[in-house]
Amino acid sequence: MSTAETERGQSLWSDAWHRLKSNRLAIAGALVLVVLALACAAGPVFSQSYEEQNLDLGAMPPSPQHWLGTDTLGRDLLARILYGGRISITVGLVATFVALAIGVTYGAVAGFIGGKVDAVMMRVVDILYALPFAIFVILLMVFFGRNIFLLFFAIGAVEWLTMARIVRGQVMSIKKMEFIEAARALGLGRRRIIFKHLIPNVLGPVIVYTTLTIPAVMLLEAFLSFLGLGVQAPMSSWGVLIKDGSEKMEEYWWLLVFPGALFSLTLFSLNFLGDGLRDALDVRASKD
Amino acid sequence: MIRFVAQRLLQTIPVVWVIITATFFMIRFVPGGPFTAERAVAPEIMRNLEAHYGLNKPLYEQYFDYCGKILRGDLGPSFKYPTRTVNEIIADKLPVSIELGLLSLAVALGLGLPLGVLAAVKRNTWVDYVCSAFAMIGICIPTFVMGPILILVFAIHFGWFNASGWYGPIDRVLPSLTLGLVYAAYVARLTRGGMLEVLSQDYIRTARAKGASETRVILKHALRGGLTPVVSFLGPAIAGIVTGSFVIETIFQIPGIGREFVNSAFNRDYTLVLGTVVLYAGFIIGMNLAVDIVQVWLNPKLKFE
Repeated sequence: MSTAETERGQSLWSDAWHRLKSNRLAIAGALVLVVLALACAAGPVFSQSYEEQNLDLGAMPPSPQHWLGTDTLGRDLLARILYGGRISITVGLVATFVALAIGVTYGAVAGFIGGKVDAVMMRVVDILYALPFAIFVILLMVFFGRNIFLLFFAIGAVEWLTMARIVRGQVMSIKKMEFIEAARALGLGRRRIIFKHLIPNVLGPVIVYTTLTIPAVMLLEAFLSFLGLGVQAPMSSWGVLIKDGSEKMEEYWWLLVFPGALFSLTLFSLNFLGDGLRDALDVRASKD
Repeated sequence: MIRFVAQRLLQTIPVVWVIITATFFMIRFVPGGPFTAERAVAPEIMRNLEAHYGLNKPLYEQYFDYCGKILRGDLGPSFKYPTRTVNEIIADKLPVSIELGLLSLAVALGLGLPLGVLAAVKRNTWVDYVCSAFAMIGICIPTFVMGPILILVFAIHFGWFNASGWYGPIDRVLPSLTLGLVYAAYVARLTRGGMLEVLSQDYIRTARAKGASETRVILKHALRGGLTPVVSFLGPAIAGIVTGSFVIETIFQIPGIGREFVNSAFNRDYTLVLGTVVLYAGFIIGMNLAVDIVQVWLNPKLKFE
């Protein structure tokens, strides 16, 4: 019985993997992301320090020594981009995790309990959907200092709504299915049903939507940093670099173009990968 | 339908109230006030200032005062522009932002709808791929990258536009393009999806079988159904255009309410922050209601609940 179960589970995932592999854009996106992540993680160790200055240079266009040029303080732009990428990626991952934790718990509880509790909980989500949340994030960041942990939390607290809707929809539809009833009839415990049968079936949409939340989160972080509300110096992120670059672009175009291009490339890759995963796992956009 | 609207409006009241209350107390529990930012003033002057604006009263009293004023449509005096009221500032700056928002929406729909329809009709040809590529580019290049790059290329390099400002009609082009392109991309994507679904349905085949021309089939029969996903996207799109305007107004130095909101938050101009938040919340909630109504009107399968 248990072997049959795992075999079926494996075939579902290997099926998805086959479909994903044939999607060239998604695979290219995944490769770009891996390369970028490795470069950001390891790059600053090998290249010049992101703080190391060469004031004689000032802002220099790209050259063999400094591939992407230097900024107005004579710091190597590539090193700064790689270092900024660490922060941007970290914010993207941690804030997405916060959103994931809130959204999955909320959606699962609403879907599992159902009835009036569910109606009230989802009505709250509807109302929150209609609110100008970015405004509150801005207020939070202005008033409570530009603390990176607050940033994680504030962004995560904004981005959980769709996740909650998706998980709830999934749980609602799965809990009525016959195989759950069969499991119950076989006398399986509640915990075993939740962990062995419910969660694996909700996992697909959650994975897909997580890949699509990361770019949204990174975008929000960069948006805040652009307004001067995100990460503060001496730390920097892609949003901060883009903001600095846009202020100096008239004379030093590379300060805007390279961070902007790299940021957009990351968003591209994440979106392609997310779309690919959605097709592979055959998830509809919304299930409510 | 009147019942539906009335019901929704009634639901709106507690939501707006919660927003006002939450914002009011959040602002107050934060260190620093509107008068602490500048050079230290004599304590006596400080007291006079606070007394003048009623800041020396107990917090709950200030709160009730504020609520009472809001009911009368009075958003109070601004702390940073001492001679002006929040109402005046909003009346002054809001039209600019509304113009920017409407133009951006026009860009989004004017560009997104035709591209989406085209991509759906010419499915899996190079036209479709070009449209989809455009959509992906629009979605992945954020406004704060797109805006400066458009300035760099078209204002600084070619000199066709001014790099910033909001004077003549020509100054409207780059900001509304920047803000509208992202949403044009989403609209194109959603239109394509919606049209593809509709075009495969029986009533389209019936229309074709009756001998209706292809243009008529698409524009008259398919578009109405194909638009449903676009309409439901309009709610979030309008909210996004509002928040997007913060960045656009900063990049292009446009004297709109978005820039005013961000500045007022930095300046701790309590009343101006509250006033703009109330304005935004009311606006976005109102727009969502309007979108819901249009949705039912377009799709008779839905009903007003």
